[in-house]
Amino acid sequence: MATVITPKKSCTVNPLKMSQPIGSALAFMGIRNCMPLFHGSQGCTSFGLVLFVRHFKEAIPLQTTAMSEVATVLGGLENVEQAIITIANRQKPSIIGISSTGVTETKGDDVDAFIKLIREKHPELDHITLVYVSTPDFKGAFQDGWAKTVTRLVEQLVEPVPNSAPRLPNRVNLLPGAHVTPGDIDELRDVLEAFGLEVLVLPDLSGSLDGHIPDDFTPTTLGGISLEEIAGLGRSAHTIAVGEQMRAAAEALEAKTGVPYTLFDRLTGLEPNDRLISLCARISRRPVPTKIRRQRGQLVDAMLDAHFHFGGKKIAIGAEPDLLWTLSEWARELGAETAAAVTTTASPLLDRIATEEVLIGDLEDLEARAAGCDLLMTHSHGRQAAERLKIPFYRIGIPMFDRLGAAHQTIVGYRGTRNLTFEIANMFIANGHEPTPETWYRPKETEHAGAAAVAAH
Amino acid sequence: MSSLSNKIQDVFNEPGCGKNQAKSEKERKKGCTKQLQPGGAAGGCAFDGAKIALQPITDVAHLVHGPIACEGNSWDNRGSKSSGSNLWRTGFTTDINETDVVFGGEKRLFKSIREVIEKYDPPAVFVYQTCVPAMIGDDIEAVCKAASKKFGKPVVPVNSPGFVGPKNLGNKLAGEALLDYVIGTEEPEYTTPYDINIIGEYNLSGELWQVKPLLDELGIRILACISGDAKYRDIACSHRARAAMMVCSKSMINIARKMEERYGIPFFEGSFYGIGDTSDALRQISRLLIERGAPAELMARTEALIAREEARAWAAIEPYKKRLTGKKVLLITGGVKSWSVVAALQESGMEVVGTSVKKSTKEDKERIKELMGEDAHMIEDMTPREMYKMLKEAKADIMLSGGRSQFVALKAKMPWLDINQERHHAYMGYVGMVELVKEIDKALYNPIWEQVRKRAPWEESTWEDVADSAIAAEAAALAANPELAREKRRSTPVCNCKSVLRGAIEDAIVEHGLTTADAVSEKTLAGTGCGSCKGKLEKILETMDHWHAETGKTGTQAQQAA
Repeated sequence: MATVITPKKSCTVNPLKMSQPIGSALAFMGIRNCMPLFHGSQGCTSFGLVLFVRHFKEAIPLQTTAMSEVATVLGGLENVEQAIITIANRQKPSIIGISSTGVTETKGDDVDAFIKLIREKHPELDHITLVYVSTPDFKGAFQDGWAKTVTRLVEQLVEPVPNSAPRLPNRVNLLPGAHVTPGDIDELRDVLEAFGLEVLVLPDLSGSLDGHIPDDFTPTTLGGISLEEIAGLGRSAHTIAVGEQMRAAAEALEAKTGVPYTLFDRLTGLEPNDRLISLCARISRRPVPTKIRRQRGQLVDAMLDAHFHFGGKKIAIGAEPDLLWTLSEWARELGAETAAAVTTTASPLLDRIATEEVLIGDLEDLEARAAGCDLLMTHSHGRQAAERLKIPFYRIGIPMFDRLGAAHQTIVGYRGTRNLTFEIANMFIANGHEPTPETWYRPKETEHAGAAAVAAH
Repeated sequence: MSSLSNKIQDVFNEPGCGKNQAKSEKERKKGCTKQLQPGGAAGGCAFDGAKIALQPITDVAHLVHGPIACEGNSWDNRGSKSSGSNLWRTGFTTDINETDVVFGGEKRLFKSIREVIEKYDPPAVFVYQTCVPAMIGDDIEAVCKAASKKFGKPVVPVNSPGFVGPKNLGNKLAGEALLDYVIGTEEPEYTTPYDINIIGEYNLSGELWQVKPLLDELGIRILACISGDAKYRDIACSHRARAAMMVCSKSMINIARKMEERYGIPFFEGSFYGIGDTSDALRQISRLLIERGAPAELMARTEALIAREEARAWAAIEPYKKRLTGKKVLLITGGVKSWSVVAALQESGMEVVGTSVKKSTKEDKERIKELMGEDAHMIEDMTPREMYKMLKEAKADIMLSGGRSQFVALKAKMPWLDINQERHHAYMGYVGMVELVKEIDKALYNPIWEQVRKRAPWEESTWEDVADSAIAAEAAALAANPELAREKRRSTPVCNCKSVLRGAIEDAIVEHGLTTADAVSEKTLAGTGCGSCKGKLEKILETMDHWHAETGKTGTQAQQAA
């Protein structure tokens, strides 16, 4: 049980947090033939674009209403209208996903009303779906923008289905949180398909940002879930949501269509995956396939081999709430301790984390608390802190701009858990301290260093 | 905000800018800011530009006053290198929240400055204004003034909120902040007749260090580089330099020009990209220094160094030249790199088949034309599909561009090299040119290309085959059907700023008997945005005989059919 604290300092140093709109845009990128659009100044888009390009190493579709100072003051109706028309002509998307930003929220642009006016004025745009999400930069964080967007997509695009309607018994919906990578989605799809289940993923980054060679160039998203598939989510037998952030979307889907949901607050670790597999067996009415049984056995063995290296290790984690929860629980189950935890935004998970305090803060806070830890886990921006602290650094989360394969980092399922466990155990092994004649001398000073680390908290 | 708008006007009035000189009073007032098209814009904002220009100052705390997006989404993302402090890589932001938006963010800003100074003790704090605090009326100049007084340290306001314009304007507003608050505020310990400033160089990938040894050897001291690998004090003392070189095209011309005006420091515009350009730049530096009183023997030493280094570079390139001569390079980039890289590539025997000039000023384009001959193929605003088609048609062997178009090139299985800010290799000076050639050679001759271009054994055709047949089918359809070709031609966008299609322009020319590009602009609004399509308008007028005859013919045909 952790105490959640917000530091009193005024200046954020080395941000961990990223803004809501880019979380929102990323969610839109999991929809087929979509063009995400920021209602804001062109810099808002440019920064997000560069961030995703560097993370995914892919061309990123993202447009801007290019609000100038004057347009901002006068209101952005014209810019939104013009942007939609331009995009409709140039990229010809099926859907334009509009997210607001700090500038336009400060002005108070009523984009829902804008869209109504634009719809009245431009019947020729009727074939293009417009979805708007309010995501001011000065509130919440990346995963909030993602979660809000998925909820909005469900509310606006899923066709309502009466509770008693017949369903496709072998189809399930998967609602992944912002921390679930394309590789993770692929892994979950693999697991579900092993039970003969068909999966619809909202949003599906595994089709759009998994780094593949497309059949043809499109200026919009390269893959992802189609609008028809989203509309039909209500005909599935069950919904699996991954991450506490997806609760609202899963509930909205259930309320609208009666599809029951199971929320997994994480899918890294033995126990949550046992629950997932049991659920799959129940839905599919099939025995657990040999392949999955073997994977479970391998994970159990990995845990046995790795626990020697995890026991008593101190880990510092900087991540958004759902990822922080995932990693800290996984570490706890292997005998390691989350000695420092910093996150970006509020979540009901935070006070359940097995650590003394969880800070809604930045990487300066994490760095101060990570002294003396055996491992730092955060996104690429942790690289400077790790260098200064001289501790091993595992990159996880968005952005990961200084390593390849961010999209394929897979930590869910038995296999993902096994790989993560081995990878981290190997880092511990590689960084183990060789004993020297002095190792057991001067225990006082060691104590002193420990006390200093505590005082630094 | 009034002082900011005055500042922007001042920047727009830049007399050092040739493009500006050619404009009327009224045009100049409108500014050089390209009108951004909603839904069709790309590129950073003025804040981005200001930060890019100043962030390479290594020992300064760069504090961004705004919501998390402005710093949180982008910090520590520049490839500049530092020989000393790494404070510039620390992300400082006020991360303003809803309460600040309602009640104002000035207090948080002031407290943030205090925290930064107490914790990190930098020689100065630069405070960057962003859109949201600008809208709610946070007066960063006043806060900086108060903080500067209170803490006894320079606190420099950089008033360049994103929505005032594009990156380019931000570069200049950043320059203004240096001119107003930094340059000339301290005195160097000593000066020499060999002191120079380098303006507009950001030391990306440490490229400045490819040139610095040459200057060191000549005894030329870089008093200040604005702003790559600079310390605050260097820039504060930079007014004592004898001469200056302006490297990044026009982005910091206001600094160069105003330092000439205020402190009598003459400057020239040059480039360290390419062997010939580097030699010219060294000569110019020496010439200016000698004019300002340095001993004349400097020139002889400079020439000796140039001769030695050129010979060395050519010798290093020689083995590659054989492998690269006749290879076609497709260059897609803007601004400084366009004109400087073209020269560099031609030196090593390659042929440059096209360049995009999105960010370039008109002069940049003129230079490219000059360097590449009249046939320079200007590529503006390309979609990925068009890019594939062009790669195909240009028969390019390798594409050089900025990071954003990288993936289009790679997915077209085209060797590609990054030559923009995000690049990891340094290409300046003689050694840099050799590096670039080596990199091109490595990219071109990597064994993967053969492998990745092969189709999978079970596939009927690759997607390239599909795209190719689509392109061929389209071409055949157009050739077979002049009416379709005409429609296709008429539906080509000419002016992206004002969304004017070619058809509308042709009609206006015919209907009103227009003969000049200006007259076309007046009737159709084409060319009244950024003005970059004026050349296209002229071309349309020039070729009128061709397309008008066609129009007439199809018109007659249509009548006959009726």
